[in-house]
Amino acid sequence: MKVLVAVKRVIDYNVKIRVKADHSDVDLTNVKMAMNPFCEIAVEEAVRLKEKGVATEVVAVTIGPKAAQEQLRTALALGADRAIHVETEERVESLAAAKLLAKVVEEEQPGLVILGKQAIDTDNNQTGQMLAALAGLPQGTFASEVVVEGDKLQVTREIDGGLQTVELTLPAIVTTDLRLNEPRYAKLPDIMKAKKKPLDVKSPADYGIEVASKLTLLKVESPAERKGGIKVGSVDELVDKLKNEAKVI
Amino acid sequence: MSILVLAEHHDGQLAGATAHVVAAAKAIGGDIDVLVAGENVGAVAEAAARLDGVVKVRVADNAVYAHQLAEPMGALLAELADGYSHLLAAASTTGKNVLPRVAALKDVSQISEIVEVVDADTFKRPIYAGNAIATVKSADSLKVITVRSTGFDAIGEGGSAAVENVDIVADNSQSSFVKQELAQSDRPELAAAKVVISGGRGMGSGENFKLLDGIADKLGAAIGASRAAVDAGFVPNDMQVGQTGKIVAPELYIAVGISGAIQHLAGMKDSKVIVAINKDEEAPIFQVADYGLVGDLFQILPELESKL
Repeated sequence: MKVLVAVKRVIDYNVKIRVKADHSDVDLTNVKMAMNPFCEIAVEEAVRLKEKGVATEVVAVTIGPKAAQEQLRTALALGADRAIHVETEERVESLAAAKLLAKVVEEEQPGLVILGKQAIDTDNNQTGQMLAALAGLPQGTFASEVVVEGDKLQVTREIDGGLQTVELTLPAIVTTDLRLNEPRYAKLPDIMKAKKKPLDVKSPADYGIEVASKLTLLKVESPAERKGGIKVGSVDELVDKLKNEAKVI
Repeated sequence: MSILVLAEHHDGQLAGATAHVVAAAKAIGGDIDVLVAGENVGAVAEAAARLDGVVKVRVADNAVYAHQLAEPMGALLAELADGYSHLLAAASTTGKNVLPRVAALKDVSQISEIVEVVDADTFKRPIYAGNAIATVKSADSLKVITVRSTGFDAIGEGGSAAVENVDIVADNSQSSFVKQELAQSDRPELAAAKVVISGGRGMGSGENFKLLDGIADKLGAAIGASRAAVDAGFVPNDMQVGQTGKIVAPELYIAVGISGAIQHLAGMKDSKVIVAINKDEEAPIFQVADYGLVGDLFQILPELESKL
């Protein structure tokens, strides 16, 4: 079974972001970028399926600027066999990303597609579900466990209040939650080998997809700052402040 | 304009989140219908009909909608959406699972986790783990939106909406429900609690989370946790507060043994009053806390419990 993994280049999760002075967006110049943490988990799961003999080939795909090839090389170093880069400098919203991925799915015919549950930049949590709809496939979102059994897939999902297990027919779309696995680090020899693995570059036009969206980003602002608080010296003082100053207990 | 709100419900009960979503629908303006889809949801529909401002409750009661699997729910909503300008659901795991599927079936974008309605086409939503607020405008004919409950005050009861059945039965051969394991708790629901007390890695063990019980009992609080505490196996993951867990905005949030990573703050920094109890006075949590107490939580917690 072929497994397709979608990865996204995002700002590194440890970076404290800054909003641009003109409020047009977040400032990404000279900021450390990385693979979205949920995508790392997706790659790891695909590679583990290959190690178990379930997956025969792992294909990594990304949509984005030229620099996003760094994240594809990372995926290749982690164990993906080849990569597809849909190159565009435009802002790609979830729906357009899902349409492009649906074309890749049509072309590659994977048995399973794994994505992260959300990207930590836009925090949308949409692309996997949209891809499932467009490809006409079932979806196992927020997965914390994935078991392939013949032509079926058992997915344990993290839901409000606990866990839910669903069974899906393959092919299917899975999005990863944090607890699905612990991603490995790329080893230096693998990083060197990854440079030689095949990487196809395509454009949205090759797939006949318009990236333009009906959503317009009007403004980006910093959230309201919290006023600096005080340190209290004792439990008595804390209880007194909560009762008499903040009046919350 | 007319708005369809997908009702959130669990175990035959209407979830509190629905009243927040109807409040967001009111802010948009227009006629508000609520869809209750599931199996044996008569009581849920009755409760939804009492929500203030709801014109009509549409009920799709069929075994195929049990557990609200995304595939049949997506098909149902895609068929119903045509008569509406807006489709809203809570940004719960159900809403997040189903709505993007509907949006793609209708070839429109989705706007996730709005916290403010600017006008019928324009909405505010947090991005980058809540470190920026984006204002987005949609030109789609159908706006598909998930609503962050903490951004809108719940509307009250007092309505008496008409209840009507929806006969659409989606077929689903692609997915089936296997089982569910829900955490048992007598405490208030985390996302709706007025007071939340959360423990982090500093709690040291799952056993030590019992130190929070007495305080939670006295304050009527829900108990939460940081990702570190969940990953360490102290408590189950549905207690996690943060970017990847639940978003809470209670009156009072007490963070115990939590350093205050960006991803945790994303889930609680809109709380009215934040208290931090931590032995490291440099911990980032103190930068957002209204009241900070530096010290050993194993001494502070029992003392706090006795003095409440």
